Amino acid sequence: MRNLLRRITESAVYRSVFRHGFPDTNRNRSLAVFTNFFLHIHPVKVRRRAIEFPRTLYLGGLSAACFFILVVTGVLLMLYYRPAAPDAYHDMKDLQFAVAGGVFLRNLHRWSAHMMVALVLAHMAVTFFRGAYRPPRQFNWVVGVLLLVATVLLSYTGYLLPWDQLAYWAVTVGTNMAEAAPVIGAKLKLLLLGGHTINGAALLRFYVLHCVFLPLALILGLCIHVWRVRKDGGIYLPPPSNDRKP
Amino acid sequence: MPLEDDLSFPTSEEEMARRKILTLLGTGALTVAGLGTVITALRFLEPSVVYEEDPRVSVGKPEDIPPGTVLVLPKQKLYVFRSAAGFFALSSICTHLGCMTRYVPENAQIACPCHGSRFSLEGKVTAGPAPRPLRRLQLTIERGMLVADTSKEVPPGTLLAVT
Repeated sequence: MRNLLRRITESAVYRSVFRHGFPDTNRNRSLAVFTNFFLHIHPVKVRRRAIEFPRTLYLGGLSAACFFILVVTGVLLMLYYRPAAPDAYHDMKDLQFAVAGGVFLRNLHRWSAHMMVALVLAHMAVTFFRGAYRPPRQFNWVVGVLLLVATVLLSYTGYLLPWDQLAYWAVTVGTNMAEAAPVIGAKLKLLLLGGHTINGAALLRFYVLHCVFLPLALILGLCIHVWRVRKDGGIYLPPPSNDRKP
Repeated sequence: MPLEDDLSFPTSEEEMARRKILTLLGTGALTVAGLGTVITALRFLEPSVVYEEDPRVSVGKPEDIPPGTVLVLPKQKLYVFRSAAGFFALSSICTHLGCMTRYVPENAQIACPCHGSRFSLEGKVTAGPAPRPLRRLQLTIERGMLVADTSKEVPPGTLLAVT
């Protein structure tokens, strides 16, 4: 058994994937983080007080986790959903009552979406009250605000997709609010809806925004956001003298 | 010895002028191409053809509608009233944020379910956040039929008298 394990770990294939030994020394532990695509967003070493739960409540990470759940469940829902009137409503009902596990996926998508908005807002509140938005992190705060906007727009565009009465009137109200914008209002509403009333064209536009443009924008923003956290010196730590637990 | 760049910077006046013109031409071409792309993209996003309902709605023969009638046409999103003096039509789309209002005969008023706006049967705002009275729509008689045009607004107080 031990022999087999050694043969695997000394094989050319294994050594081409993992270019360091077992993480049993400090050097190899560092390399394990440093050379791993999924771990490299973390520093090789972090201060214990930077990763204490009460400092960040892990809200940023939890928001990202919600986004991950939303992408996975959303892509699966796309297999049964046609963004056309009136099929969209029937497909949504099919997902709820006919598709095996459909109601679970739909509700998971829905609740994760609500949760993500709440978590992003809470993440902002913690960042604000900790004072972590201050220089040198001021640009990352702006990126965070754009991510909040992307989150809310994703939530809003997803609202129309069930194609029920709630969806219809919510988007009626929302696009009329967009129309109230000075100068560009009327044009903005026309471009959003692809017409003057909410019909199949509007549903398709909201679908494409919801499934392609906004998620891509959010992923790009998220990459910059996480990258900037590292570049701006990691998780914000107040000076030890002001800290309750130094 | 100070570190020197491998590419020595061109200092001749002629070379600098040449580069300036080339830069100008380059940025100019990029600006034109960029503007063209933006305009083309915006034109693409704006629908050239929309498949929507005809704004002109035939309501019926005027002689079939007795005075005092309130006609509710939810699909066409309008109300048609016949008072003693004549006909008028109101859009049933709330002027606040576009919800569909409802005629409440018990209180002789029009109510919006979204944010609680109330209108009189003349379309005037009596309560709630609606900023303007309900749109009064053009009514005409065509080939003996009463026709409402939901795309044409007429001033308040306009009546269509039918003899």
